[in-house]
Amino acid sequence: MRRLTWFNATSLTFGFAFLYLPMVLLVIYSFNESKLVTVWAGFSTRWYGELLRNEAFLDAAWVTIQVAFVSSTIATILGTMGAYVIVRAGRFTGRTLFSGMIYAPLVMPEVITGLSLLLLFIGIGLDRGMFTIILAHTTFSMCYVSVVVSSRLVTFDRSLEEAALDLGCSPMQAFRLVTLPIIAPAVVAGWLLAFTLSLDDLVIASFTAGPSATTLPIKIWSSIRLGVSPEINALSTLLIAVVSVGVIAASIVTKRSALRQEAEERAAERT
Amino acid sequence: MPEKIFEPWNDPDAKPLIQFKGVTKRFGDFTAIDNQTFDIYEREFFALLGPSGCGKTTMMRMLAGFEKPTEGTILLAGQDMAPIPPNKRAVNMMFQSYALFPHLSVWENIAFGLKRDGRPKDEIAARVSEMLKLTRLEKFAKRKPHQISGGQRQRVALARSLAKAPKLLLLDEPLGALDAKLRQATQFELMDIQEKTGTTFVIVTHDQEEAMTVASRVAVMDDGKIVQADTPARIYESPNSVYVADFIGDVTIIEGTARRSGDGYEISHTEGLPALYAVSDAQLSDGQRVFLAIRPEKVEITADKPENKRNALRGKIIDIAYLGNISTYHVALPSGQIVKAQTANTRRLSRRSFTWEDEVWLSWTDTAAVLLEH
Repeated sequence: MRRLTWFNATSLTFGFAFLYLPMVLLVIYSFNESKLVTVWAGFSTRWYGELLRNEAFLDAAWVTIQVAFVSSTIATILGTMGAYVIVRAGRFTGRTLFSGMIYAPLVMPEVITGLSLLLLFIGIGLDRGMFTIILAHTTFSMCYVSVVVSSRLVTFDRSLEEAALDLGCSPMQAFRLVTLPIIAPAVVAGWLLAFTLSLDDLVIASFTAGPSATTLPIKIWSSIRLGVSPEINALSTLLIAVVSVGVIAASIVTKRSALRQEAEERAAERT
Repeated sequence: MPEKIFEPWNDPDAKPLIQFKGVTKRFGDFTAIDNQTFDIYEREFFALLGPSGCGKTTMMRMLAGFEKPTEGTILLAGQDMAPIPPNKRAVNMMFQSYALFPHLSVWENIAFGLKRDGRPKDEIAARVSEMLKLTRLEKFAKRKPHQISGGQRQRVALARSLAKAPKLLLLDEPLGALDAKLRQATQFELMDIQEKTGTTFVIVTHDQEEAMTVASRVAVMDDGKIVQADTPARIYESPNSVYVADFIGDVTIIEGTARRSGDGYEISHTEGLPALYAVSDAQLSDGQRVFLAIRPEKVEITADKPENKRNALRGKIIDIAYLGNISTYHVALPSGQIVKAQTANTRRLSRRSFTWEDEVWLSWTDTAAVLLEH
């Protein structure tokens, strides 16, 4: 191991401090006994208990999970279909326009997406609630799914599909039995991305949410305006824990399967 | 009773399995296949041979149904193939990349096509184990494609494409990914399997040695056209053009003008040197420009002028390619023309008779060379 130089050590410390110090503070204060967020009064898990008894937060969390689950599932189906058409349909009139339009929402300011959706829902007289949030989230997250899936499809060996056709599959069967299982990791990754995007979206959700349904980010945001409560700290700590566990688990699984595949390939070459 | 020689292409009563009738394929402005008409017979091992971009792969993809001819028709057993999609054709293909399904085991890969036909379970199992046995893969049935070696993958691909017992099997550069030793062994294995199953094979390759080894007939292609389609021996011994002679094996081409003499022609090639002589059935006019093609192994190399040979030339050795079993000498004539001569190294290298810069005589018999018009 090379020893850290003075310069590297300093920049590393500052860099990580910049990234993680706020979160560390938040986690520490979530275990604060005091009702005042900025005054330390000893260790306690009191606010976690309070949180679990707070119906409003629990309702918002439940709405958020439902919205994220449904919207990411629909977005994955639509995004995969879109990616498949763009990569596979070859050259057709308006292909460039079509693929450009799929990616455009990625760079569109969220405020504009949210506002235009709001105008649309008012225009067609749709009551705002969980359904409209799901629609809105599906709209913007399917672009992300289609980017992830199309980057996998570009490297997909076309002859695998031809082989399936050659062996008697209809084009639909070839997709279901060969293409889909092989691109599944990308589709799952796309779903996870859409799920996380939907979980933490505040801007678009606040445009499209109604009195009947509030998501967790909106709830947190609105209660902050009345002052930061230790309950929010506890809630945020739980969210950080869930996300970290998910990311770590996912990377361990990927790493293990990559190692196993490598070992098996080496073993195959020896036989 | 003597065994009948397999050459249905010489039998006027034989019904071809595949007929190309005036087939043309264009991609935009580019003509990949140019008005081709030819037949392939049942039980044949037919090789499409040519450099990359000559249209051989397009030809095969039209047979599989992945491309449609722009003009003309392709008949399989008398039936027009144009309206039939790939999944309804009694044709299977072995892909260059093998295209094994990575998420399925060897067993499931081979069973894939059979399952699509909705055959009963026990029949599928029986057929798959038959295929595993044929390709000696019994031990690997449960493995995934990435868990077996390149040679084994090649055999899985073959087993999978043969499992449905197609009328016609297409092989797209099937041995391209194998190393030289394994390749040779696999060539013989392919021929063996072709004979056992009685399937018609069409193979696409750019490797002339491979085509010569496995095929009953070889079609040499250039620029969207079949230049010559014949048995390997006839392609080698009597090529119909300089292109074919040059593409298959090693050859020296001497340009000259022909003059009728006896049952052949005298070819004068260089001012001041005696004319060469070649027996030929070709109908040539006197003074016509011709090409004399001579294979290196048919050229004898001697220190002294050979007696009783009409074709004898003097030259100097400028290069020797030593290949172990044989050596190829590049001999420069006074005119600058290089003639290649090959000898078997029957003696040890240290006892070799000729070396660089030696003056030698080259000679060949009246029937050794082939006269070509273009």
